This record gives sequence, structure tokens and C-alpha cells, in this order.
Amino acid sequence: MFSLANPARFMRWSAAVLPYCAFATAVLLAAGTILALFVAPPDYQQGEAVRIMYVHVPAAYMASLVYAVVALGSAVALIWRHPLADIAAQEAAPLGAGFTLICLVSGSLWGEPMWGTWWVWDARLTSVLVLFFLYLGYMALVNAFDDPARGAKAGAILALVGVVNLPIIKFSVDWWNTLHQPASIFRLGGPTIAAAMLWPLFIMALGFTLFFVTLLLVRMRGRLLAARIRALRLAA
Amino acid sequence: MSGVDHFLAMGGYAVFVWPAYGVALVVMAGLAIHGVAAYRRRRRELARLEREETR
Repeated sequence: MFSLANPARFMRWSAAVLPYCAFATAVLLAAGTILALFVAPPDYQQGEAVRIMYVHVPAAYMASLVYAVVALGSAVALIWRHPLADIAAQEAAPLGAGFTLICLVSGSLWGEPMWGTWWVWDARLTSVLVLFFLYLGYMALVNAFDDPARGAKAGAILALVGVVNLPIIKFSVDWWNTLHQPASIFRLGGPTIAAAMLWPLFIMALGFTLFFVTLLLVRMRGRLLAARIRALRLAA
Repeated sequence: MSGVDHFLAMGGYAVFVWPAYGVALVVMAGLAIHGVAAYRRRRRELARLEREETR
């Protein structure tokens, strides 16, 4: 696996898979949106407002997943000092922050009509807001040093400390009283939501995941190009 | 109400549903455009430097 992470090899295989990833992303996001807006049924309690779920839930899932990628990249970078791991973590972070922002805003837009409030300081909402600030803090810290290696190391340590927030987000709806509903998809005993809603949700979530993978590869390639540009400038 | 109006009204939840999709579109399109633009800019820059190198 590490041989795939050799920068020259990475440039080769990522160039080969990128067109397929981009194509699959476009197809899945288009299909997911059509299913979410036209095919999925309105909820018997929430009516058409339930369609916010197809944006909110995939964004929420990506918010945590991308943080796990940032933390994993940080761990690999700290332990094995692999240069691509730092780059992966750093290029994933803004994408994770974007997903978290979508999650927060769409959740707020869902909360107002269903709960009667845009925001409550309960465990789930607050822990996701903390996640958003962890992303911003990580990005700020990485860029706060004159020496990029020190910035990367400081950021990696922050990213690893912040991992404690992930189980807090996941289990917040079980551990504390909250307006937010408990898990209805990834739970023991299987999902509790109807198949007609689960399928569009699944396709949308897959689309969000591939969107992330595609853009992460593009951004990592960009970083490696920037490194070559710097090296050529120094040599000149 | 026509079919399109009915669809756009989202059962009275239009002001919540459309901004939710809107923010996802704006954020994700923004990230995608920014990422691809930065990549292309660097590729052009690198090509220019490599041309100068060989001269």
C-alpha cells in the first residue's frame, strides 16, 4: 500500500482513476438529487420538508468520515513521516469543513419547521459545531508556522486530539437528552427508515463520498505540482 | 396550481428545502471549482518552468 503512496506513483495512478471517479460522482449526485426531489415520497409527518434529509444526512456522515481521514493521515504522518499522508490530511480538511457547514446549515433549516427552532445547544448540535471549529483550527494551525514541517506536525497533533469528538458526535443522541433524533440507519437491528427513502439517501451518500475522493485526489495532485514548482524555482 | 408551482412550493416548506439544497450546491461547487482551478494553474506554471529549464 505504501508503494502506491510514493509521489511519482501516486501521480500516475491518480491520473488513471480520476476520470472514472469524476464521472461516477456526476452520475451519482445527479441520480441522487432526482431521486431525492422527485421520486422519494413525502413523509407522513414531515411532508416535503423531509427532502432536506437527503442533503443533511450525507453531509453529516461526510463531516465525520473526512475528519477520520484527516486524523488517519495525521497519524501516519506522525508515525511514519510519510509526506503524502500530511498532504492528504491537509487537503481533506477544507472539504470536511465544507461538509460540516452544509450539515449545520441544512440541519438548522430542518430544525426550524420541525422542532420550532433554528438551533439548540444540545449535545449533537454542539459537538458538530465543535467539529467545524476543529477543522478551522486545524487549517489555521497548519498555516501558522513559517516552517511548513512544524505547522504540519502541530496540525497533526491537534487533529489526533480532536478524534475524541467523533464518538461524542456519534453517541451524543444516546448519552444525552436532545431534540435530535437517534440513529435510524447505522444501528443494531438494521435501519428504521422506509426503503423508498433509504435508497435515495444511500445513492446521495455514495455521491458525496465519491465527490470527496475525486476532489481530494485533484487537490493532492495540485499540492505535488506545487512542490515541484517550488523545487524548480529553488534550483533556478 | 400548476405542476411546476406545486413542485417548487414543496408542500409549504419551500423556504427551508430550497436553501438547504442551495447551500450544498454552492459549497460543493465552490470547492470543486476552486480545487480544479488551482490544479490547472499549477500545471500551467509547471509547464512554463520546465520549458524555461530546457532552454
